[in-house]
Amino acid sequence: MDIRLRGVEPADEERAAVDALLGPPASAWEGGARTEADLRFATRAEPARDLLLPALHAVQDRVGWISEGALDYICRRLTVPPAEAYGVASFYSLLSLEPRTPRVLHVCTDLACAANGSAGVRQRVEAELGPPGTTWVDSPCLGLCDRAPACLALTAGERPSWEIDAPEVTPVPQRGQAGLTLLRRVGTVDPSSLDDYRATGGYAALRRAFELGPAGVIREVTDAGLVGRGGAAFPTGRKWAATASQPDHPHYLVCNADESEPGTFKDRVVMEGDPYALIEAMTIAAYATGCAKGYLYIRGEYPLATARLSHAIATARTRGLLGDDILGQGFRFDIEIRRGAGAYICGEETAIFNSIEGYRGEPRTKPPFPVEKGLFGKPTVVNNVETLVNVLPILERGPEAYRAAEPKLFCVSGNVARPGVYELPFGATLRELLDLAQPTGDVRAVLMGGAAGSFVTDLDITLTFEGTRAAGTTLGSGVVMVLDESVDLKGILLRIAEFFRDESCGQCVPCRVGTVRQEEALHRLSKRVTSDDLVLLREVGQTMRDASICGLGQTAWNAVESAIDRLGVFK
Amino acid sequence: MIPLQPPRRLIDVEIDGEVVRVPEGSTILDACRTAGKDIPTLCHGDTLTPKNACRVCVVEVEGSRTLVPSCSRKAETGMKVATSGERSTSSRKVVLELLASSVDLSTTPRAKEWMAEYGADPARFGEEAARVEQPVKVDNELYVRDYNKCILCYKCVDACGDQWQNTFAIAVAGRGFDSTISTEFDAPLTDSACVYCGNCVEVCPTGALSFKSEFDMRAEGTWDESRQSQTTTICSYCGVGCNLTLHVQDNRIVKVTSPHDNPVTHGNLCVKGRFGYGYV
Amino acid sequence: MSYDRLTRPLVREDGVLREASWEEALDRAAEGFRRNIEAHGPDCFAMLSCARSTNEMNYVGQKFTRVVVGTNNVDSCNRTCHAPSVAGLSAVFGSGGGTSSYQEVEDTDVIVMWGSAARNAHPIFFHHVLKGLKKGARMFAVDPRRTGTAQWAHRWLGLNVGTDIPLAHAVAREIIHAGLHNRAFIERATAGFEEFAASVEPWTLTVAEQVTGVPAEAIRELAHTYARADRAQLVWTLGITEHHNATDNVRALINLSLLTGHVGRYGSGLSPLRGQNNVQGGGDMGAIPNRLPGFQDILDPTVRTRFEQAWNIGIQPRYGLNLTQMLEGMAEGEVTTCYLIGENPVQSEADSLACVKRLSMLDHLVVQDIFLTKTAQMADVVLPASAAWCEADGTFTNSERRVQRVRKAVEPPGEARDDIWIMCEIARRLGHDWHYDGAEEVWNELRALSPAHQGMSYERLAELQGIQWPCPSLTELEPPYLHGRLWTENPGPPAPFGILRHSPPVDLLDEEYPLRLTTGRRLDSYNTGVQSSGFASPLRRGETIELCPEDAVRLGVVEGEEVRITSRRGSVIAPVYIDPALRPGLVFMTMHFPDEVDTNALTIEATCPIAGTAEFKAAAVRVEKLVAVS
Repeated sequence: MDIRLRGVEPADEERAAVDALLGPPASAWEGGARTEADLRFATRAEPARDLLLPALHAVQDRVGWISEGALDYICRRLTVPPAEAYGVASFYSLLSLEPRTPRVLHVCTDLACAANGSAGVRQRVEAELGPPGTTWVDSPCLGLCDRAPACLALTAGERPSWEIDAPEVTPVPQRGQAGLTLLRRVGTVDPSSLDDYRATGGYAALRRAFELGPAGVIREVTDAGLVGRGGAAFPTGRKWAATASQPDHPHYLVCNADESEPGTFKDRVVMEGDPYALIEAMTIAAYATGCAKGYLYIRGEYPLATARLSHAIATARTRGLLGDDILGQGFRFDIEIRRGAGAYICGEETAIFNSIEGYRGEPRTKPPFPVEKGLFGKPTVVNNVETLVNVLPILERGPEAYRAAEPKLFCVSGNVARPGVYELPFGATLRELLDLAQPTGDVRAVLMGGAAGSFVTDLDITLTFEGTRAAGTTLGSGVVMVLDESVDLKGILLRIAEFFRDESCGQCVPCRVGTVRQEEALHRLSKRVTSDDLVLLREVGQTMRDASICGLGQTAWNAVESAIDRLGVFK
Repeated sequence: MIPLQPPRRLIDVEIDGEVVRVPEGSTILDACRTAGKDIPTLCHGDTLTPKNACRVCVVEVEGSRTLVPSCSRKAETGMKVATSGERSTSSRKVVLELLASSVDLSTTPRAKEWMAEYGADPARFGEEAARVEQPVKVDNELYVRDYNKCILCYKCVDACGDQWQNTFAIAVAGRGFDSTISTEFDAPLTDSACVYCGNCVEVCPTGALSFKSEFDMRAEGTWDESRQSQTTTICSYCGVGCNLTLHVQDNRIVKVTSPHDNPVTHGNLCVKGRFGYGYV
Repeated sequence: MSYDRLTRPLVREDGVLREASWEEALDRAAEGFRRNIEAHGPDCFAMLSCARSTNEMNYVGQKFTRVVVGTNNVDSCNRTCHAPSVAGLSAVFGSGGGTSSYQEVEDTDVIVMWGSAARNAHPIFFHHVLKGLKKGARMFAVDPRRTGTAQWAHRWLGLNVGTDIPLAHAVAREIIHAGLHNRAFIERATAGFEEFAASVEPWTLTVAEQVTGVPAEAIRELAHTYARADRAQLVWTLGITEHHNATDNVRALINLSLLTGHVGRYGSGLSPLRGQNNVQGGGDMGAIPNRLPGFQDILDPTVRTRFEQAWNIGIQPRYGLNLTQMLEGMAEGEVTTCYLIGENPVQSEADSLACVKRLSMLDHLVVQDIFLTKTAQMADVVLPASAAWCEADGTFTNSERRVQRVRKAVEPPGEARDDIWIMCEIARRLGHDWHYDGAEEVWNELRALSPAHQGMSYERLAELQGIQWPCPSLTELEPPYLHGRLWTENPGPPAPFGILRHSPPVDLLDEEYPLRLTTGRRLDSYNTGVQSSGFASPLRRGETIELCPEDAVRLGVVEGEEVRITSRRGSVIAPVYIDPALRPGLVFMTMHFPDEVDTNALTIEATCPIAGTAEFKAAAVRVEKLVAVS
């Protein structure tokens, strides 16, 4: 490609950061020194677009922001047009195109933190560091809702580091209890040790998978009735079968660990506490669906989970549990970690493809569906972390036993004494869950499913997909956020609206403009309730739900609608 | 020895209760047009792959939870489509309101007509409603970018990018409501990869991108399409034989476009064909 | 600078041009022609017809030359660009057109762009190439510079200027030695293979690497990829044709297509890209010294008879003078009068000073143009014409042989008139009372005489958005590629391999002139810049001497600094522009800004003996830092 660069030179450390990721340039045409041979013959540099986000991360991690020179150099190295790279870099909130200090504090102002005093934290930070922008920024949900109010400091440098400033809690209050399935190792088994993982039953499921063969695995998963835990509840066995049968190759596996729904943190807890389980589960999924390559897309705000999984993947690789001949069965599979960079939308199953491929994380039009044309245009199976780790007990126990006590994870936060991730069998009631978590005041409402979910007041709801649906709500990603009388509900609604406005990718009109109009109307309604604004809100909300491209826009009005209808916020 | 296109099967689709027959691979929009339905479109372009970003062409398809963008969804045998149900007309109305309340649609062909047809009232979002506000960019002598009129249809990006020109001078930057069409670091066009082919202007549906000649004449009040003739001829700058449509007002060429269905150009030109008429 | 349009006829009086009425100007023009023809016979007359004007104008122009004057001395500026392509292709296949259509480059498997910077010079053709690349075609670019075109190629071969034949020969030899040549095709449809194979035998990869500078492995890869492809397109432009041995260069590329059978099939072919809008059509219309309309050979008596009957005159049974020979004829005093239509040889010819001298020796020079060009300023009579593409009706023929309608959109300024009207008025004054009711009548006359155009009524051209020749039928269309006959049982006259010798650039490099200057186009400008100067291109940066970073360092010059460029013929001053696409020893200039920097004062008038084009692509120069004047 004849891309035009603006000739801005990178600083030495920017160049070093990019070269550390990509290796030295192959020729003068890709940024190396000019040699006589280069001036006689050249091979086209194939665009390495999918390395764009990792390269941007490399500079951000090293310097703390991305200069024109750095972007220019990345573009030359990857043969990506600068305007496109700029469009991508400016899409992600964790990447800065303006100078910033190496250490930047991300102060969560989202729902659980707001319910637990983030406003005060914010004031203190501002008093100490001045206005937000270069040393600290407001952040959407950091996935630390169990530790609200939370802050995350990211420090750039040759050895980038991070640090969490938040109250210490036990992430799994049920830790060590008998009968846990998905959480049985979290907090009790050393997450860095593959030996400990194997000593506690690890890799039994993969062995069983090899005995069953790919079709057998899919049959077991189908028989177990597993459905996706990301929110859409699509039958996993059907998705796998559809991908496995696609004639086009290669097939890809994507593990969606871009857990960004405000109030959700279960995948983080699982990844941090039991990383090998996810690797084993991904290996099984890949085996069943015929994938040689899996991408694990972890949100950028999860440095600990990323570190633990990087370590676990490297260890698994050295032990032959990833690579060319897994368990001596002739099965080839490996996992590449991709880090998100601050974009809720990238948790959408097609936006995640664009993000991995190095494009803006904008959702794609469906059809075609991922099983047919997904990552790099190839058949792709996308599952989130919780869905995948459920495959292990299915294979370990068999589908019947699994169905008899199907586990579900819940992220309980807000005004409770014991926030954290809880595992309950399907069928428990909301009240039973709250009894474990111990609300600190009178429960005014529970936000189910996060910002894209809805408020409920009925605590006798059965926590199943059917039960929540019957109650006009959703299990969604398992968010159970308890709000008592101390919480400013209108403020929470405004924050939800602001969240969607911030996180809308901007692609389709209903969502891009609708989320703005929704927020504006809520501001007006907070001051003065008029029927015109309520009608307007409903019409805009319905249009977002009906006409948006993806789930973000389609659900951006859910919580507001339920607050109006069930909680009577604007009566 | 000339490879023939494989014959296209015909399929039956039901549009508002009427069965129409269209070639396989047609979109719902094609089928609707075959059935004589006038569906509004903004981001749809005849030379580009639909981005279906504007959502003004949505229709109801039986069995679909959400509305469906007719411009990009392929018609399928037996599909039942409703073009003017309450959900789709309401969505179209609100989409037009959302657009008109945030950007200037005054030079968007048919926008006024559709607003009236659907009863859209953008004023109801109030005077405080956020708008796209950017200074008009006049950074070169050939064309003008007025993003206050931009509906972010992506057509210019696609025409400049991999669908035609492959110059990639512009992309969508930023996110959400703050998204904008931009060069890298918002540099002026003169410091970008732009080669001034004007193929972005050719596909812009709102007049956000316009030729400087048109922009200046509009500013001085002399632009008058009723006095313009359009004549298609051949470019004289090289031997490729690009088709030019000359827009002439008062014996003066005021704008050059290219026929979209032409086998040589497909609506595209280079800087010489598009702008090299000054000497006439 | 930008030019103003001519709006009134001009005649020379007391050495200066003054405005005149049409009546006076036409009378003076006709009288001068008559005077010379009467004194020296018809062959003292030469016409340069306009490659930018319509087919209809070119038809009338050559008819004027052959019927009114009675000579075959008619040529056009395709000498300066693509005559070698026509000469090479017609020598092999009997027809001078590119063999493929644009669509085929989208549907092919391998694209070889040889000496073609189409990304900038033919941007919309390159769109078709890009579509092909998107569909998976592999592309090779052969060019001394790593141009924008080359950057899209999977492989770029940066050969030395003027070593195209060694490279092509080495490719051919490698194909033969690897057994990848298409034996069945060679046997059935070609002639002279054995001799050809022997002639390329010395060109081993190693020898070729030494001569061309391209690594042997890259040549091998090109050879194998091209030969193994199911479909392959060979595309070239001025990098092949602006050499002293240009026709041989063209033949060298054609040889590769004969060797592999990459011609005469859908998706496989040879595409010379034309530099001007109607270079193809000008030749097709017979505005060249050796062909009658429909590209029919003057030496063929049956063809001649048909035209003699239609025109009711005799046609000289021999070829006329080409542009180069005309210029030589002027110097010898054999050509004494000249009718120049829309041509600017003073600025477009290599070695422009010599050209001025020759034109000034004419007794009577009539220039018909839309601008008062440097050439027009030398004329005895200047006739203001219309701009064909928007002020006249007619047709142009593009590089894929597609005849397309040109339509009048605006009135010409002032008293400027249509070319055909002007020629008819002069013809009338010379005793030929022609009358055409518009361009369509001319076209229909041509259709009656040219089988290749017979089926192309204006109505049909409009309806089908142009038709590729040949089109003998009013109802059917021929395939979009030429020479399908080569693949039939009866392939007709065999396509001969060319036996060629390498001949390096005439302007040798030495210590005094150590740098190789090559020339070309930029995206936003056109030829001598007369038309393209009329718009404010933000890309335009004026004439520069482009150097590689290493040479700039060696010469101690920086970007923007003015330097002196000197060849054995002349010397100019231009600012430096640093371009990493060049390598040490190779410098580049355009010819778009002759009024600021007369690049052609540097170039050499070494011409191709067959086609007459000049070696614009290879001059020897030195670049010197200017000494500061204090």
